[in-house]
Amino acid sequence: MATVVLLAATGLGLGALYFLVAAGLSLIFGLMDVLNFAHGALLSIGAYATWWAASGHLPGAGSGGAGFVLAVCFGTAVGTLAAVVLELALIRPLYGRPREQVLATVGVGLAVPALLSAIWGPDARPFPGPAALSGTFGLLGARIPVNRLVLLGAAAVVLLALRLFLGRTRHGLVVRAGVEDRAMVTALGIDVRRAFTLVFAIGGAAAALGGALGGLYYGSVDPGQGTSLLIFAFVVVVMGGMGSVAGAALAAVGVGLVQQFANYYTTSGLGDLAVVVLLAALLLLRPRGITGRLA
Amino acid sequence: MSGEPLLAVRDLAVVIGGRHILHGVDLDVAPSGVTALLGRNGAGKTTTVRAVLGLVPRTGSVRLAGEETVRLPTHLLVRRGIGYAPEDRGVFAGLTVAENLRLAERPGAGEPAYDLVHELFPELKARARQPAGTLSGGQQQMVAIGRTLLNGNRLIIADEPTKGLAPRVVTEVARVLERAARAVPVLLVEQNLALVRRLAGHCAVLADGRTVHRGPAADLLADPDATRRLLGVGRRTAVTEEHPMAPPGPDPSSAAQAGKAGA
Ligand SMILES: Nc1ncnc2c1ncn2[C@@H]1O[C@H](COP(=O)(O)OP(=O)(O)OP(=O)(O)O)[C@@H](O)[C@H]1O
Ligand SMILES: [Mg+2]
Repeated sequence: MATVVLLAATGLGLGALYFLVAAGLSLIFGLMDVLNFAHGALLSIGAYATWWAASGHLPGAGSGGAGFVLAVCFGTAVGTLAAVVLELALIRPLYGRPREQVLATVGVGLAVPALLSAIWGPDARPFPGPAALSGTFGLLGARIPVNRLVLLGAAAVVLLALRLFLGRTRHGLVVRAGVEDRAMVTALGIDVRRAFTLVFAIGGAAAALGGALGGLYYGSVDPGQGTSLLIFAFVVVVMGGMGSVAGAALAAVGVGLVQQFANYYTTSGLGDLAVVVLLAALLLLRPRGITGRLA
Repeated sequence: MSGEPLLAVRDLAVVIGGRHILHGVDLDVAPSGVTALLGRNGAGKTTTVRAVLGLVPRTGSVRLAGEETVRLPTHLLVRRGIGYAPEDRGVFAGLTVAENLRLAERPGAGEPAYDLVHELFPELKARARQPAGTLSGGQQQMVAIGRTLLNGNRLIIADEPTKGLAPRVVTEVARVLERAARAVPVLLVEQNLALVRRLAGHCAVLADGRTVHRGPAADLLADPDATRRLLGVGRRTAVTEEHPMAPPGPDPSSAAQAGKAGA
């Protein structure tokens, strides 16, 4: 029982991490038809910026209490900024040229980890975090690491915020409409490109937050983290239905759980394979994703 | 046509995937009333409208109230006061009726005219929270037209707004367009010639991507040979068909003439 609870908690934590990456990925693809292979790089930027700040380089930030919160905010802000710059400098000029866009994002996705490892080395760096978050708590006989709970909480907040944004604001309305029919949105007099930048900013923020909190989950940061998470995030996006935030949330939980349980009860590594099998099965049964609808 | 045209299109050309779809479309939209854009299936009517709005890459000249707009991106052109009801209706299926209308609001450009829209289409008020994708075709067309009436537009472009609708709904749409055209000039793409006769003052006819005729709509429709040659419809369908909504045309003499010609 304790094992099952621990596996479930870990799977959910991992799912939360996947969701934070996949939410933006899904919106970006749904709205702009851009497969953003640089999204993992945004996560890495968030992770390294948080690590840098929490290691005492940013005045006021640190590894404990309010200092850590500041470090996470800083990391998220840097990731957001990077996403906006990426959209404005690379994606926008290549709008209408999908192949070049994909190549550009692949390039950034490769360049950022290379840059990070050139500056801070290719090895994992221990991630400083508050003592309160490195402990465990008891649940049904299992000792659950607190950081799983932090990830889950953050993902829940992001999900709720995204739903409110999409459902209650005019910008959110424009995004939902743009996911359906971009051209018609412009034909109503709306500059849909501003929605593009906005969605990149939101997606970058979520991924960078995922990077910051992923540091807690893994206990370290390394240059390749974002890239390996990105692959599973893509699986989540496809499963959840392109452009659907709720679908991404469901799929992220599913992928996280399946992966953890399969890795534990079968050979390690088979869980990753199981995810791909799950994807294939789902695509055959429900080609439009779990929810079968957009946004 | 009296006065300067509101919209003057000259030598409009569109190339998509190496294919010349439009080459030399000229079109004037009168400063009042309905101007009809006619032509057989595939003549290039929809492409013309989309090119005017900048939804497809185009060359040539598109002047709105005298100002060249061919370099403007779509959203900026539309904000100058154009309401567009596209051929496929362009309704956002996953959004509610109310959200579809709200999307057409132009913040900072005056109060949206919900009173007018709801007066013309009471159903849209009753169905405000219904997902637009679940509306009937006629109701979706009401959303599309409602969106064009929400803002104080100076030009309404409607691409086959009666396509595929039941006769009763055609009548309703025609009534709304007629009323709208009293306040705002309308560019109407339409295959229903009875409707054209009733609503349109001027017309332009396209064939194979270019303008082949321009002039008063009544004159064209009163000439069965020209109608058949330009629009590819036989004498009977062109002028004598007992259309369910055939009210007297705006100009009684042309209606009488049309009746005679078909006899
Ligand atoms: N994106 C495109 N790619 C290739 N060909 C196109 C494209 N858009 C339009 N065409 C072609 O251009 C021609 C004109 O099409 P258009 O839709 O403008 O005609 P239309 O006059 O509106 O016809 P209908 O009365 O059937 O609506 C057609 O032959 C069509 O196949
Ligand atoms: Mg057409």
